[in-house]
Amino acid sequence: MVGVASSGTATVTLPTEDQILVTRELDAPKELVWKAWTTPELVKQWWHANRGEVTVSEIDLRVGGTWRYVSVTPEGFEVAFHGEYREIEPYDRLVSTEAYEGIPNPDENATVNTMTLDEDNGRTTVTILVQCPSPEVRDAMIESGMEAGMQDALDLMEQVAISLR
Amino acid sequence: MAAMARAATTADAFNAIAEPRRRQILDVLAGGERPVNDLVSRLGLAQPQVSKHLRVLREVGVVDVRSEGRQRLYRLNGHALKPIHDWVKSYERTWSERFDQLDVVLKELKEKEEGDGGSGK
Repeated sequence: MVGVASSGTATVTLPTEDQILVTRELDAPKELVWKAWTTPELVKQWWHANRGEVTVSEIDLRVGGTWRYVSVTPEGFEVAFHGEYREIEPYDRLVSTEAYEGIPNPDENATVNTMTLDEDNGRTTVTILVQCPSPEVRDAMIESGMEAGMQDALDLMEQVAISLR
Repeated sequence: MAAMARAATTADAFNAIAEPRRRQILDVLAGGERPVNDLVSRLGLAQPQVSKHLRVLREVGVVDVRSEGRQRLYRLNGHALKPIHDWVKSYERTWSERFDQLDVVLKELKEKEEGDGGSGK
């Protein structure tokens, strides 16, 4: 069997002032990616991002149906997201809202996430376009991320720090 | 310094660095203060283009400028940029971790399918 090639890191870009775009190539056909993305027991195995465990993974996969994921960090901090499915095109496209329950009025500030799968030679590129309701909401996401102490200075910023002294 | 029409926000800085050429300029400035000619030669762009990008970067506070003799020297203002960079990197890391776990899940699914004689669903 051919070994699983490492597909590298996810790429995050900011195409417009109220969008975030995430892409990553996976070594599997899109049917399997779809299955891993929409099956609650399988979501539990990858959504945690190595920071704790997913304790709740609920998926009602139909238009107007809801989803909810809760993960708990090793420090015991609970992080919960939920949303509603807007468009479902099996193996190709999934549009849903995503609300972070840790902020006031989660549903008013929900993003609309469009996940698309493109297969080529048995490998699948996943693209997630996160559409924020406004640039301010994206700003708020950044600021909440900062408060949560998620900062991590890397390459460019190490040099910046040196240049600032 | 001319008064700005409104205060620059984090979102503005986000836009400023979303443009690939502007990110290149920042990469060069991360190595230290540079005159505009230096940026022009390093990036292989025409001076008016570089100046336009520098203006955008200055307006949002990501780049500062000072005069030294007849030269104008540009440098990064890391304070304006750091929150954005940190956030993108952090977001990227979260998703990279998820996808790394997803690789494992997918590998298992593939092996299972092969074990089933490829009958699939």
